[in-house]
Amino acid sequence: MLSRTADHLYWMSRYVERAESLARLVDAHYKMSLLPHSPETLAESLCATMKALHMEQPYKERHASIEPRAVFEFVSLDRDYSGSIYSCLRRARENARAVRGSLTSELWETLNSTWLDARSQVARRASQIDIGQFVEWVKERSHLTRGVTIGTMMRDEAFHFTRIGTFLERADSTARILTAHQGDLEPGADAGVVPDPYQWSVLLRALSAFEVYRRVYRDVITPSRVAQLLILRDDMPRSLLRCCKEVYGNLRSVANEQSAETERRAGEMHAMLHFARMEEITAGGLPQFLKQFLDKLQDLGSRIASDFLVPPAEA
Amino acid sequence: MMESLAYPAGESLKEAPVGATPYDEMYLKEGAGRAHYLRYAQWLEDQPAERLAQKRAEADALFHRVGITFAVYGQEEGAERLIPFDIVPRVLPREEWIRLEAGLKQRVRALNAFIHDIYHDQQILKAGVIPAEQVLCNSQYRPEMQGVDVPGGIYAHIAGIDIVRDTSGEFKVLEDNLRVPSGVSYMLENRKMMMRLFPELFSAHRVAPVEHYPDVLLDNLRSVAPTGVADPTVVLLTAGAHNSAYFEHAFLAQQMGIELVEGQDLFVRDEAVFMRTTQGPQRVDVIYRRIDDDFMDPLVFRPDSMLGVPGLLTAYRAGHITIANAIGTGVADDKSIYPYVPEMIRFYLGQSPIIGNVHTWMLRKLEDRDYVLAHLPELVVKEVHGAGGYGMLIGPAATKREIEDFRRQIIATPERYIAQPTLALSTCPTFAESGLAPRHIDLRPFVLSGSEVSIVPGGLTRVALVEGSLVVNSSQGGGTKDTWVLETPEPVS
Repeated sequence: MLSRTADHLYWMSRYVERAESLARLVDAHYKMSLLPHSPETLAESLCATMKALHMEQPYKERHASIEPRAVFEFVSLDRDYSGSIYSCLRRARENARAVRGSLTSELWETLNSTWLDARSQVARRASQIDIGQFVEWVKERSHLTRGVTIGTMMRDEAFHFTRIGTFLERADSTARILTAHQGDLEPGADAGVVPDPYQWSVLLRALSAFEVYRRVYRDVITPSRVAQLLILRDDMPRSLLRCCKEVYGNLRSVANEQSAETERRAGEMHAMLHFARMEEITAGGLPQFLKQFLDKLQDLGSRIASDFLVPPAEA
Repeated sequence: MMESLAYPAGESLKEAPVGATPYDEMYLKEGAGRAHYLRYAQWLEDQPAERLAQKRAEADALFHRVGITFAVYGQEEGAERLIPFDIVPRVLPREEWIRLEAGLKQRVRALNAFIHDIYHDQQILKAGVIPAEQVLCNSQYRPEMQGVDVPGGIYAHIAGIDIVRDTSGEFKVLEDNLRVPSGVSYMLENRKMMMRLFPELFSAHRVAPVEHYPDVLLDNLRSVAPTGVADPTVVLLTAGAHNSAYFEHAFLAQQMGIELVEGQDLFVRDEAVFMRTTQGPQRVDVIYRRIDDDFMDPLVFRPDSMLGVPGLLTAYRAGHITIANAIGTGVADDKSIYPYVPEMIRFYLGQSPIIGNVHTWMLRKLEDRDYVLAHLPELVVKEVHGAGGYGMLIGPAATKREIEDFRRQIIATPERYIAQPTLALSTCPTFAESGLAPRHIDLRPFVLSGSEVSIVPGGLTRVALVEGSLVVNSSQGGGTKDTWVLETPEPVS
C-alpha cells in the first residue's frame, strides 16, 4: 500500500486512541472531583498527570492556576490547543478523510459523524457543557470506532498499520499515567504510608483496571500489585506488556526489506517485559524504568515512520 | 383536473429570458404531464407534503454523514458544503436517450480525432477548416505533445459534454469538457440516495442502471495501458484532501479498487513512474489524473507546482505511462474551438452532426463583434478560457454598468470572448422554499473512450436553484438531481 496511506491510517488510530486516553483521565478525575475529599489531593493528581502528558506548559499559557473545571475544559474542549480531545477527534477525522477510500465506509462514517457531533457539541458555551457526559461520549465513540475497525476491515496492511498506531499510543498513554503516579508505586510505599485511596481509584479507573484488580487479586490494593497489573500482565488489555505484544505482532505482519532492525527492537521490548519480574524493575527504580520505556517507544515510532510511512526521498 | 399536477399558483416561471417560454421537462403547456413523466407526476401528487419534507431532511443528513461534500476555497479550514440535492428526478424517455447517445459518441469520436490530428499531421488546419492560428496560438495547445503517440490514439478518455434543451425541446451541446470533467460521483450518489429514499419509485419505473460506471471506467483505463503491459497498475492522481472535488477522487478510487495518489507519492526513475509503498517502489502504468496540465510536471509546466511529478513528461513521451486524459486535450474544449466541432464531425467522420451547437458569435470576427456589441443586453458573453460560470456576462440579468465593463473588455481584447444567445434552458419541477417550482437544468453525460466508446445512461443533471437563474455550477449555488433514462418507451398505467 502507499506509504502515505499507511501514515494517515497510523495517525488516524493514534488520535482516536489518544482522545480515548484523555477522556479516561478526565473522567476519572471528574468523578473524583464529585466525591467528598480534600481538594489538594485532586489538584495534586491533576498536576502530576498534566506534567506527565506535557500539558502543563500549554495550560499555564492560558490559565493562571490549576482549577479542576478549567483543566477539564482545557483538556477536553479547547479548540485552539492541538492536544485537546476535541483537536484529536478533528485530526483523526482529517487523517481518515485523506484516505477515506482505504477505509470501509462504516469506519469512515463512524469517524466522520464523531467529528460532526463533537463540533456541534463544542460549539456551545464551554460552561454549559456537561464534562462528565462529554468524556463518556468520547469513550463510547472510541469503543465504537475500534469495534467497527475490527468488525469490518480486511486483515491486510491497512489493518495492521491501524493497529500499530493504536497500541503504540496506548503503551505511551499507560506509561505516562504510571509516571504521574510513580511516587505511590515506589517499593517502599507498600510498607510505609498507605497512599490516598482516591489516587488509586483514579489510576485504576483511567485504565479500566479497577474491577480487574478486584477480580485478579481479591485483596487490598497494594502498589506492587498495581504495578504488576499495569506493566507485566499479558491478559490486561492496557498493560505495557500487552501493548508491546500487539505492536510486535502487527509489525511482523507488515515487515519489508528494511524493517528488520525495527522489528528486532519491538521484539526485544516485548521479550524484556514478557520475562521481567516486578522486583527487578523496582530495584532499578520505577521512574528510571518508565523513562527508558518511553524513550524506546519514541525510538520505535520514528523507526516505523522511516521504514514504512515517510520513506526518505528516492535517489 | 390535470392542472393540479403542475405548480402551485404563482410558481410558473416568471421571466423567460428572451420572450420564449422554456421547455418544461415534466409538464406540457396545458399543465398535463408528459407521457414519460405521467406515473411519476401522479405519485408526486399523492405524496403528503410532510413525507417529502422529511425525506429531504433525511437526504441532507445522509449526505453529511457520508461526507459527500465539496471543499470551499478561501474559507475557514475544513469548511465543506453539501451540493444541494433535489428529490424530483429528471426523466428522459428511451427514444430521446438513444438519439442523444448516438450524438454524444459521434461528437467525442470527432474530438479525439481532432486532438490526434492537431498533434500529428494537422490536416484539418491544412484543409483550412479551422484557422491555424486559432489552434497553434491557443494557450491550451501543448507543443510538448507534437508527434507523441498515445495508446489507441485516445486523448479524451473521459469527456463530460454539457447538454441543454432549448425552447423547441431540441438538445444542443453547450460545452465540451475534455480536461478533468467532474461530477460523476454525484450521478452515482444521487441514484443511491433516490433508491434509498423512494424504493417504490424504482419498482414502478424501469430506470436504466448507472452503478456500473466505475467498472466501465476501470476497463477503459486498463485498455489504454502502454503496449506490452499485461496487468496494468492504474492509479488516480488527486491534488489532495483540500481540493474541491476530493470526495469524488476518493470515491472513484475506492469504487475502482485503485490507489488514490498525490504527486508526492509518485516518482520517476529511468523514464518509468513508480509509487512509494510500504513494500518499496511499485511500477505505475496508467494515471487517471484529476489535476490540470499546468500542474502535472514542474520540470515542464509550472515550476512552482507541488502537485505534480517531476520528470513525468519524459516517461510519458517515452510511452512508459498512460495519462488519462492526455496532456493537451484543452486545445479541443476551449470555447474558441467549440464553434468548429460540427465541422470536425464532417471532416473526420464524414457525417452530419446529430446534436448541434448553440449558435456562437466569435468576437475576433469583425461582423460578429459588431452584431454582439449592438445586442449585449440580450446575449451571454463568455470568456474563452473561463470555466465554472466565472468570467461571464448574462445580458438580460446584468446591470448597465456590468454591460459597459464587458463592452470595454471586448473592444480591448475581442479574441478573448465569444457570445451566444441567452438560452431559455429547459426547466424541471424542483423543491424551492415556496414549494415545487420550475428551475432551469442542464445535463452532463460522461462519455468514456478506450477500446470502444461507451456512456452510462443518463449523467449528472444540474439545476439552478435560484429562480430565473441560468447558472447551474455548484460553485455558484447550483444543485443536482438524479437522472433517469427509462428503459421502456413509456410507463403503462
